[in-house]
Amino acid sequence: MEGVAQLRRQLVDYLTSLFQEGFLDNQFTQLQQLQDESNPDFVVEVVNLFFEDSERLLNELTKALDQPSVDFKKVDSHVHQLKGSSSSIGAQRVQNVCIAFRNYCEEHNIEGCLNCLQQVKQEYSLVKNKLETLFKLEQQLLAAGGSVP
Amino acid sequence: MARNGVISRRIRSDKIEGFEISAMDSQKEVHVLAVDDSLVDRKVIERLLKISSCKVTAVDSGRRALQFLGIDEEKKTVGFDGLKVDLIITDYCMPGMTGYELLKKIKESSALREIPVVIMSSENILTRIDRCLEEGAEDFIVKPVKLSDVKRLRDYMKREDKNHSENRGGTVNKRKLRETSDPSLSTYPSSISSSSSSSPSSSSSSVELDSPTRRLKMTNTDL
Repeated sequence: MEGVAQLRRQLVDYLTSLFQEGFLDNQFTQLQQLQDESNPDFVVEVVNLFFEDSERLLNELTKALDQPSVDFKKVDSHVHQLKGSSSSIGAQRVQNVCIAFRNYCEEHNIEGCLNCLQQVKQEYSLVKNKLETLFKLEQQLLAAGGSVP
Repeated sequence: MARNGVISRRIRSDKIEGFEISAMDSQKEVHVLAVDDSLVDRKVIERLLKISSCKVTAVDSGRRALQFLGIDEEKKTVGFDGLKVDLIITDYCMPGMTGYELLKKIKESSALREIPVVIMSSENILTRIDRCLEEGAEDFIVKPVKLSDVKRLRDYMKREDKNHSENRGGTVNKRKLRETSDPSLSTYPSSISSSSSSSPSSSSSSVELDSPTRRLKMTNTDL
């Protein structure tokens, strides 16, 4: 089993890469700062809420864009919500796709919207994966007796 | 009739008689009502407020907020639940009742209009901000909300307490005052700052001026 120092390094490096690659932004750091001994699972809890919320919204978006006559206002409303929650946890790439998505909604551009939907699903899936890996690394570190930086 | 603005009730214990004005005031926890339809945002704002030593009640709609405050849309009377709220922070974009509509309802209520209301929005739209300030919002925070935003509110709330008796005139005519808050103006009414030059930077020596609306408040108490 890897030593604590190594696990710690791995965790830090991984987190750093997420910032560098734009998956996460400063708002995520803000959330980390809100975590302490009295609320040791805060970040995980918020992120899990984000996952639940996003999955619901992505389903709604898929349905809404699948209609014979698309209600762009509705689509925009869902994207707005997704943009908001991704922004609140610092999921920057998801947020950025949402911005483009909203523009297509405004233009009533169905193809643009469908492209964005695919993109946002991809970005969401990526960031979900990354965050789950991050949390796993944290768990490993804690299990080895280390503390999360 | 219950004096809703004044009676404070502890959640876990029995009703406390009388007013909660005492030496405890300085340690009294500030109670914030947070309104946001987003589950993620509610969780975050709740944590931000708690970590800033505030008591928090988080609701998911304007309607629920009004119910909590003791005003039900249908009833138009103040209810018996006079849980004292020191600040209301609400999202702007919400289905049903927007934060702006909630703000209006609060300012229209004689029982509630004294409570400072802060609006949060992900969109930094000047006309939106103006509209909210005109309607009596104390401040406007652009999302995502950070710890520094909440910290600023805390300081502001303490000042609110002190100024409260002077501000009895209610939410003064912010419309009028806003005209003087034009940042391009380099002078303020000279009664504010005792120092010789009345440029914004020197008047900030006595007060925190990092929010346009705070400047307005200080202007008001001197008029």
